[in-house]
Formats: sequence, structure tokens, C-alpha cells
Amino acid sequence: MSQSNIMPGFRPAIGFTLFYLALIVLIPLSAMLLKTFQLSLDEYWAILTNPRVLASFRVSFGSALIAAAFSGIFGFIIAWTLVRYPFPGKKVFDALIDLPFALPTAVAGIVLAAIYEPKGWIGKLVMEAFGIQIAYKPLGIVFALIFIGLPFVVRTIEPVLQEFDKAMEEAAASLGATRLQTFIKVILPNILPAAITGFALAFARGVGEYGSVIFIAGNMPYVSEIVPLLIITKLEQYDYAGATAIGLTMLLLSFLLLLSVNGLQWWVRRRSGQL
Amino acid sequence: MSITLSNISKRFGAFSALNNINLEIPDGDLVALLGPSGCGKTTLLRIIAGLEQADQGDVFLRGDKVTDKSVKNRHIGFVFQHYALFRHMTVFDNIAFGLRVKPSKDRPSEAVIRKRVHDLLSLVQLDWLHDRFPDQLSGGQRQRIALARALAVEPSVLLLDEPFGALDASVRKDLRLWLRHLHHELDVTTIFVTHDQEEAMEVASQIVVLNKGKIEQKGTPSEIYDSPSNDFVSHFIGQTNVFDLQKGDSAWLKSAGIVLDDAEGITAHVRPHHIGVEKLSDGSASPIILKDWQHLGATIRLELSNEGLNGSAKTIYAEMPSDQFKQLGLDKGDKVSLFIKHAHWFNLAKPQVPEAATDFYV
Repeated sequence: MSQSNIMPGFRPAIGFTLFYLALIVLIPLSAMLLKTFQLSLDEYWAILTNPRVLASFRVSFGSALIAAAFSGIFGFIIAWTLVRYPFPGKKVFDALIDLPFALPTAVAGIVLAAIYEPKGWIGKLVMEAFGIQIAYKPLGIVFALIFIGLPFVVRTIEPVLQEFDKAMEEAAASLGATRLQTFIKVILPNILPAAITGFALAFARGVGEYGSVIFIAGNMPYVSEIVPLLIITKLEQYDYAGATAIGLTMLLLSFLLLLSVNGLQWWVRRRSGQL
Repeated sequence: MSITLSNISKRFGAFSALNNINLEIPDGDLVALLGPSGCGKTTLLRIIAGLEQADQGDVFLRGDKVTDKSVKNRHIGFVFQHYALFRHMTVFDNIAFGLRVKPSKDRPSEAVIRKRVHDLLSLVQLDWLHDRFPDQLSGGQRQRIALARALAVEPSVLLLDEPFGALDASVRKDLRLWLRHLHHELDVTTIFVTHDQEEAMEVASQIVVLNKGKIEQKGTPSEIYDSPSNDFVSHFIGQTNVFDLQKGDSAWLKSAGIVLDDAEGITAHVRPHHIGVEKLSDGSASPIILKDWQHLGATIRLELSNEGLNGSAKTIYAEMPSDQFKQLGLDKGDKVSLFIKHAHWFNLAKPQVPEAATDFYV
């Protein structure tokens, strides 16, 4: 590194970055890995293929995926509204979006459970109108995860929409495109990379979410028990190796999913000339 | 008449952007909407396109009233100031866009689209760029692709918003002439917006001068330049020296041999090349000296100052061919006399009335 940069400090900066990564990320993760290695492969496999564990993986990843998809759609609509339309109280509304970031997740979980339980304000209405129970069912988990995931989508799409050149829409219209064609062929492709990032963030957060989910999930084994809860249960039984085995598997699965989302991201950007 | 505007008015809040605009543009014309920034020229162009709605008045395209039609149904080609190319599409897909979004019964086959796009690409001389993305192009290339994209749907009217505004000076010069030739080739009624009077003069066959939401004058470049209808047009188009007679500038004219009985509210506008200069001997009484001069190529610009003259110390500019300048043998600080070959007279008290604009020849 010669001194051609205006801002010096490559060495301390990279040193700090590596030190931080090692201390906060790599060392704890390796500890987890080592702990898991106390198990034999057969033992590890037995823990994972336990029907209750498998069911919890299905619940966790399934509800996180569904919730992230809904967050993606809702978040896009909200970001669009915030960027495109002036309305009274917009600033307040904008600030409210971030609330799930700040709110202790347990508080969110308790409040959501109280509202959506069969006797709660909204839960009662839905129960009476459609006969659907939200809280204490897998559906409740999805609701909680949408609540948690939405700000990620809104905050990633918003700046991209703000930067979007509206003249492109006018150009499309002047060339004879309908509104739907303009949206699908011009707006969506430009927003998609940001929407995918928002989706991935919401999903990653949803998989690991604990506080807000356990209050609304009902935590029925095989039905609405999430992986993090299962890990806590194992820890409470002093089954550290079992807990880390599940944790490590979850980590690997999440990593693979995020990797494929990044791959999708790369493909979308490349196809649309943004690489 | 290809484009007719009748009584167009537009307000943005308290600001009146356009005020009762009436304009007729014949088929096949190449028209410049020229004016200083904020004069309403872009708003007018957007109203013609249907990207903006007028508060009042009607727009007719080829005799059809299109006031209530959306931009999608007006069949116009619009080229945006910053091109507005679809940045997620290749050059080819950008140009094909207008053809591909047609309803399926009107949509040409993919083979026809391919041929049409390549024809347009060779028209704008950029066929070799067809698989690039807009971000990989230079400004001039983007401009030409934007034009090709607008032409793909065979519009009846082509509208360009500051088409050369964002380009380098040298690219701009090339593209101006290219646009003029292209227009000859295509014969599409074309309107472009510009604030650059030189550009308007060079490209357009008709110029519409706008100021503060009103049309000041409409005519060919020669008409606009040679007989400006008011002091705004005269000042805005080309270089001009303004002599405000009430403010004592009459001394200048007196020194050039022009004496007026009543100077109230009168201004004289004199183009630099309408001012003749002659060298005087050092001992002569003339208060005018040659302060400085610049070589502009074929012509020389002379800075004349009358600092010695009572009351109105200012500088005026004259221009002459460089050969003539050499013959005169002028040097900085020389005393000179001037004569005015041609002036436009305006009565500022009634700025819209061109009555005082009788040409004055000496």
C-alpha cells in the first residue's frame, strides 16, 4: 500500500476488522463447532432426525419464508406510498416504521398475542368472521415475523425508489406502455435487487427471531414450536451438545439460503446491466 | 397545421408558468422553443406531450383535439433532457420497448422488431452498441439512443427537451447539425426546447421566443435576429449593445453622429458588427478609446470605452473582420471614432409596442 490514498489508515482499519470478526463472529462459532464435535456423527444425525426437531425446522424456516414474502410485498407498497405520495402525518408514519427495530421483541410478542388471541380485539373478529385462529397457531408466528421483518424491506426499498428516475416512467408512457406494463417492465426490474435484499434481511431475522414469536406461537411440539425454542429447551436440560448441534445445523441452512438469495441477486443485477 | 395550441395557460400555485399561449406549427417544421430558464418552455413542451395538463386551453395534434388524451395515446416521441433510458435494458431492448408494448394485435413480429431496431440503430450510427447497457455509453451516444427509441414508434410529432443540454461543447456542435440533417431525412414535425440562442439559430427553421410565460416573437432565425419585435428578443438573441438614452448613453450616439430631440424612454440596441470603428490621431478630441481587443477567429472583438466621457462610463463592444482590423492598424489605447450602421429602437415605456423599432441607417 503506497501512500496514494487521500485517507490513510489501511493497516489499522483492516487490523480492526479482522480482530472484530475473529472475536465476535469466528471464535464463538468455532466454539459451537467444537462443542458439536463432541458428538459422533450417528449421535448428531439422531438428534437432527428426531421428528420433533424436524418439525421445528419446518415451522421455523417455513414461517420465516412466508413472512418474508409477505413483508416483501407489504414493504414495497408502504415504501412506494412513503416515497410517492404526500399526505398529512407522513413524517410520523415514517418514524413508526422503525418501531419494531427498537421495541423489545418480547413486548411486541405479548402485545401481538393479546390482540390476535381468539378473545383479543382483532383475533375475535377474525375468529367470528372466518373461523380462523391466529394466535397460538403457526399463523401467529407468521404474523409476528411480518411485524418484525417489514422495516427491513421498507428501509431497503425506500432509497432505491427515491433515486428512481421518474422520467423513465414518463418515457415508457410516451412510448405507449400501459400502467401495468410500465410497472412490470420498468419499475419492478429497477427495484427488484433492493426488494430481494430486503426479503433476505427479513428472512434472516425471521429465522432467528425468538422473543416476539414464543408468546404468540403457542409452542406446541410438532405444530408451532420454533427451532430457537427447542435450543433453549435443550439448554435448560443441560444438553449442550444437542443444543449446539441444532444451532450449527440452523446456521448452515441459513447460510445456504442466504447464499442462494445472493446468487439470485447477482443473476438479477447481471441480467439488468447493474453489474 | 400539425400542432395547434390555443389559449394554453398553466399555473403552479401562485406562479403563472404559461399565459394564454397561442401557437401554430405547420407539418414538417423544426421549431425551437427558446427562452431563459423559468420562462415556461419545458412546461409548454410537456403540455404538448401530455406529460403535464394545462389549466386552460386546448392542444391539437394533426387537427385532433388531444387535450384530454394521456401521453400514451398522443402518439408523440419524447426525448428527455437526461435521456431517461431504461437502465436495466440493453440498447436494443430500449429501442424495441415501444414496439413490444403494443397490444398483441398491433405488435410486429420479433423478426420485424429486430429489423426495425437495427435500421434505427444504423440511422443514429450506433449499431455496434446494440448489446450495451445505457450506463456504458457516453452522453452523446445516450442522446442518440434516446432519439432512436422515440422514433421507433413512428411518432407524428417529435419533442425534445433540452436535447443537448447535458453534453460537452464539441459533441453538442456535432449533434446539432446531425439533428438538423436527420430532420431533413425524416420530415417529422419536431419541437425542441433550448435556452441557448446559438443552438436555436443553428438548428431550427422556426424559433419561438418565450419569456415569463408569454410568446415574445415567432419567426425564422433571420427574422428573429434581423428584426426583433421588442427589446427582450433583441437582447436575448445574439450580442447587442444597449444604449439607454435617458441614462445619458445619448453621448455615445452623439459621438457617432446621431442626435435625437426627445430621448425619453428610448433605448437603442446595436449589434457589435453594426458598429464601425475608425482610428483617430492621438491629438483628436474623441473621448472613445480602444481599451482592449480579443481574437475570436474570423472576427476581432473590440472593447471600446468612453471613460473620459461625462456621465456614462461604460464599455461597448464592436466586431469587425480580422483583415479589416489589421488594415486599420489599431492598438490598445488608440483614440477612435465610431459610427453606427444599424440600430433597433425600442420605447421602454411601452415595451411591447414595436413602434419605435424603425430601423435607423446612417
